[in-house]
Amino acid sequence: MKLTGAQIFFECLKKEGVEIIFGFPGGAILDIYHEMRNHPIRHILVRHEQGAAHMADGYARATGKVGVCLVTSGPGATNTVTGIATAYMDSVPMVVFTGQVPTPLIGNDAFQEVDIVGITRPCTKHNYLVKDVKDLARVIREAFYLARTGRPGPVLVDLPKDVIQSSTEFRYPKAVHLRGYRPTVDPHQGQILRAWELLKTAKRPVFYAGGGVIISSAHKELLRLAERLRAPVTTTLMGLGGFPAVIKNDKGQRVLHPLWLGMLGMHGTFRANMAVQNCDVLFAIGARFDDRVTGKISGFAPKAKIIHIDVDPTSISKNVVVDIPIVGDCKKALQQLNELAGKEPIANVDEIRTPWLEQIRQWRETYPLAYKQEKEGIKPQFVVEKIFELAAEDAIITTEVGQNQMWTAQYFHFTKPRTLLTSGGLGTMGYGLPAAIGAQAAFPDRLVIDVAGDGSIQMNIQEMITAVCHELPVKVAILNNRFLGMVRQWQELFYSKNYCATCLDASPDFVKLADAYGAVGLRATKPEEVEPVLREAFSTKRPVMIDFWVNPEEGVYPMVPAGKNISEMLLV
Amino acid sequence: MRHTIGVLVENQPGVLSRVAGLFSGRGFNIESLTVAETNEPGLSRITLVTMGDQHILEQIIKQLNKLINVIKVYDFRDTEFVEREMALIKVRAEQHTRAEVLRIVDIFRAKVVDVSPHFYTIEVTGDDGKIQAILELLGQIGVVEVARTGKAALARAKKH
Ligand SMILES: Cc1ncc(C[n+]2csc(CCOP(=O)(O)OP(=O)(O)O)c2C)c(N)n1
Repeated sequence: MKLTGAQIFFECLKKEGVEIIFGFPGGAILDIYHEMRNHPIRHILVRHEQGAAHMADGYARATGKVGVCLVTSGPGATNTVTGIATAYMDSVPMVVFTGQVPTPLIGNDAFQEVDIVGITRPCTKHNYLVKDVKDLARVIREAFYLARTGRPGPVLVDLPKDVIQSSTEFRYPKAVHLRGYRPTVDPHQGQILRAWELLKTAKRPVFYAGGGVIISSAHKELLRLAERLRAPVTTTLMGLGGFPAVIKNDKGQRVLHPLWLGMLGMHGTFRANMAVQNCDVLFAIGARFDDRVTGKISGFAPKAKIIHIDVDPTSISKNVVVDIPIVGDCKKALQQLNELAGKEPIANVDEIRTPWLEQIRQWRETYPLAYKQEKEGIKPQFVVEKIFELAAEDAIITTEVGQNQMWTAQYFHFTKPRTLLTSGGLGTMGYGLPAAIGAQAAFPDRLVIDVAGDGSIQMNIQEMITAVCHELPVKVAILNNRFLGMVRQWQELFYSKNYCATCLDASPDFVKLADAYGAVGLRATKPEEVEPVLREAFSTKRPVMIDFWVNPEEGVYPMVPAGKNISEMLLV
Repeated sequence: MRHTIGVLVENQPGVLSRVAGLFSGRGFNIESLTVAETNEPGLSRITLVTMGDQHILEQIIKQLNKLINVIKVYDFRDTEFVEREMALIKVRAEQHTRAEVLRIVDIFRAKVVDVSPHFYTIEVTGDDGKIQAILELLGQIGVVEVARTGKAALARAKKH
C-alpha cells in the first residue's frame, strides 16, 4: 500500500517511539499537521519556534531520548537556529523537522524559502534535504540514529511540501548503512591499562568529569571508581549531577560528599581549582577542556599527567595536550577501569590518600563557598539554597544564563544525573523556561524549576502560556536584580563600573504577567518571605512565576578573570 | 607548513560545502582544492592543500573524519605520494617570440592547445615547482591569463 510523505512521517515517528512533538505550523508543513489527527502522538503547540527547539532539547536532556520538533519553512526554520546551536554545543540528541517550499521552487527565492540546510550546516551533527519521497523513511531512520549514537547532537531534516504530498510504498529500513560513520565506543585496551597504571601510582589524583558522564549514564561507575581510589571529583557545569554532591550522614542530614570538590573553572570553588592546579594526575572523563574551565590554557593543571576519555576524537588534545587519550564511551571505559581496580586493589589506599584529602579539606575550610544573608534584602544565593532545601531529590532544575545559572551551579547540590538542564556551551538566555516545559512534559509528576534572571526570562516568556495550556506546572524562580547581572558584574570589575545598557529598571510586573497568562504569580521582597513563597509554589499544581527581589549588586564569586590561571581567583 | 590532504567522500549535494565549511568556520585557508568522481560509483575524491602547524592539521583531519559523508581521509604527511596539477596558460606569441615559446613548451613537455594570431594557449602538467618555473619563463614573454586546476594527489603504491 502506498502512503503519502506525511503518513510516512508519522509511521517513522511511531517506529522511533516518539511520544511528543514540539511544534508550530505553517503553509509548508500543513500536510503533516493535517495528517496528525490520525495519529495518537502528543503535539505541544509553542508560541515561538525557538521555544519548540529548547523544549525538545529539555525533553531530551531530562529523558536521554531524542527530542523532536516540527516547524514550517523560512522564518519558522530560522527561529529554531539558536535552539539547534544550543543543543549542538551541549551534544543533545534532537531531530528538527522543517518544512520547505516545493522542490521546483527551491533556489528561486520563493515565498518563505530559506536555505536552512545551508544555515544549519555548522551547528548540526548532520542535516538533510529530502528531495524524493522514496528517501524519506531512510532519511528519518538515519536522522534518529545519528542524533543518538556516538557523540549525540541535533540533526535537521528539511521536508519540501511536494515531497510530503507525494506517495510511495512505506518500508522502514531495518539497519542504517552509513559508510563514513562508525563512532568508536569500545576503548582501546592498551590505553585503559596505561591509564590504570597511572591512576594506581598517582599521589594527588583529581577526576574531572563533564557532560559525557551524564550522556553515557556513567555516574555509578564514576562514583565507584572515585571511592575505590579515594580520588576527589570535580565536574564541569555540564557534569553537575554526574557525581553526588551531597550524601546523608548517620543522622539523616545532607552533607557534602567527602570526595566532592564542587564545580571547577571560572566560577568554580577554591578547592576544585586549587586541586586541579596541584594534582599529579588529572583524569578527564567526557569533558572537553572548555575555556571557561581551563582559564589560561598554558597554566592549566601544570603538574599533571592527563588521561582523557571522550567518544569524540576531535575533543581529545584540541585545547590541552593529553598524555593518555582514550577514544570511547565513558561508561565502558570506567567499567573496565573498575574491573582492573577490583582485580588489584591498591593496598592501604586510605593511608596513601590522607595527605591529599587533608590538603583539600583545608582549602575547603579556608575559602568555602559562602555569602551572608543580612536582615534586609534577599540574597540570590539564599533563594537557591532554599530551593535546594525544599525541593525533592529528583526535582529537575533548569536555568537561564548569567548569575542565576552560576549561583544554581554553586548552591544547588545536584545528586542525580539529568536533573540540571542548562545551556553550558552556547550560554543561551531564554533557554530555561522552554527547557523546563520540555522536561515537565516528559515527567508530569516531578517538580521542575527554572531558576531565571529578570533579563533572560523575557527572552522566551511567551512560553508561559504553553505551560498553562498544556497543564505543565513548571515553576519559574526569577532572581530579579533589575540588571543584566552577569554583564553588570563584568562592567563592575573590568569596565570601571560603566553600567552601560545593563540596567533593567523598566521590567513588567511579573506577578501580573503570570496572572495574565493564567499562571500563578508570587512575590518575595524580604528574606523571611522566601521559604513560604517557595512552599506555596511547590505545592501548587499549576505553573507559577515567582518574582524574588534580590540584592541588585550581588556578584558571583569566586571568579577567575578571563585569561588568568584558574588558581588566580577573585574571592569576593 | 603546507599540507596536502586527500578526502574520499560520498558524492552528494552539500558535501563539498561541508568540507569547505570546516575550514572557513575555523578561519583556516584552503590554498587549492580539486574534486571529481572516482572509479567507484557514488564516490568523489577531494584533494586539498592547506597551511597550518601540526596541531591545526591534526584537528583538520579529525574534523574531516567526523563528517558523516566522509569515507576516508588520507593524511599524506607520513606516506609517499604523487601530486600533479594542470595549468592552462595563455601567452603572447608574436612573430619574434613564437620560437622561444615553443622551445619552452618543448623543454617542459607541455602542449600548445590553441593558437591565434597573437596568442598561444599552453597546457602543462606537473608538480608545483614545474608549474611555477614555466610560469616564470613565460612571464618574461607575456602571460595574459592563467587557469590552474589545483593539485590532485594519490599515495604511491607499495613497490612489493
Ligand atoms: C541570547 C543571549 N544574549 C546575550 C547574552 C549575554 N549575556 C550573558 S549573561 C547576560 C545577563 C543575563 O541577565 P539576567 O538574565 O538578568 O541574569 P542575571 O545575570 O542577572 O542572573 C547577558 C546579557 C547571552 N548569554 N545570551
